[in-house]
Amino acid sequence: MKALFAMLKDYWGILRRPSLYYSLGFLTLGGFIAGIIFWGGFNTALELSNTEKFCISCHEMRDNVFVELKDTIHYTNRSGVRASCPDCHVPHEWTHKIARKMQASKEVWGKIFGTIDTRDKFLTLRRELAEHEWARLKANDSRECRNCHNFEFMDFTRQSKRASAMHSTSLAKGEATCIDCHKGIAHKLPDMSGVKGW
Amino acid sequence: MPFRILPLLLLAVMGVVIAAEINYPLDAPAPDGRRPGGTLTQNSPAPPIANEENKDLKRERNYPDQPPTIPHTIRGYQIDMNGNKCLSCHSRAASARTQAPMVSITHYMDRDGQALAAVSPRRYFCNQCHVPQTDVLPLVGNNFENIDKILQEDANAAQKP
Repeated sequence: MKALFAMLKDYWGILRRPSLYYSLGFLTLGGFIAGIIFWGGFNTALELSNTEKFCISCHEMRDNVFVELKDTIHYTNRSGVRASCPDCHVPHEWTHKIARKMQASKEVWGKIFGTIDTRDKFLTLRRELAEHEWARLKANDSRECRNCHNFEFMDFTRQSKRASAMHSTSLAKGEATCIDCHKGIAHKLPDMSGVKGW
Repeated sequence: MPFRILPLLLLAVMGVVIAAEINYPLDAPAPDGRRPGGTLTQNSPAPPIANEENKDLKRERNYPDQPPTIPHTIRGYQIDMNGNKCLSCHSRAASARTQAPMVSITHYMDRDGQALAAVSPRRYFCNQCHVPQTDVLPLVGNNFENIDKILQEDANAAQKP
């Protein structure tokens, strides 16, 4: 303990002492360039983990949730716009994204210890996993839906009667948010017994 | 060895002879069903898939106990042991909130007419009977007449003599 303390004290000394051999210009410029490299590298790695390819490189995602997405309108449709995994499951703004990425360390833990490494385990946990996403979207007022589906831009006259009735009342008043009604639009639903509205 | 091959050889020759026969019905006309014209072996292009009608207007039933058709799209509606998307609006508890027609009382009965708390399992799979409609011409014609028309014609016939 004493040795460790002494070592830390040594390093603190190095940090505090003015540079003896390197010029201020070198240190500033070097720090700047190193900053670019590290920050750029960090963001590149971050964005790399934000791709569909990365998500389905794990069989847990590829064999369970991804196959279910493939049938839905968010994966294939007449106009060719696709929402891939991170579009809905990772916030787009930087602050929220970093917060979500920190939470995702739990998912790395789950991957390492095989929490859902079989279909049966996945089906058992499906309700819990779904509830996490419902809770997240409910808490942030369906932020990830609204990245594409903007309420202000909706043309109610082009919606079906019951859709415009719901959207112009509950959604407009803020009593309900997207996920309250649109559960299970991209993946199969878990056992829905006891879920509000089902 | 040659004797073992001989039956197979004969069979192959017979197959070729049969297939080469002029009357072998490979070019017989295909049944005039979904894709009229062509022969059995021809591939005709598939007709385009029609859109589901989505007008939310109730349609007339042809007879009183006809299961009503669905006047809206049901793409991606999940009906399985985990949940029933239809019932999230049409169930007894939900219909007031959504103003969707409640499924009829018969769906809450077992086959002996005993009332149940929830939709009976034999009525659970909605699209066994209820289906959406698409905007296409009927595949086959039919001359179905509803009961009002038949009664009217009967009455007319009785008046005449």
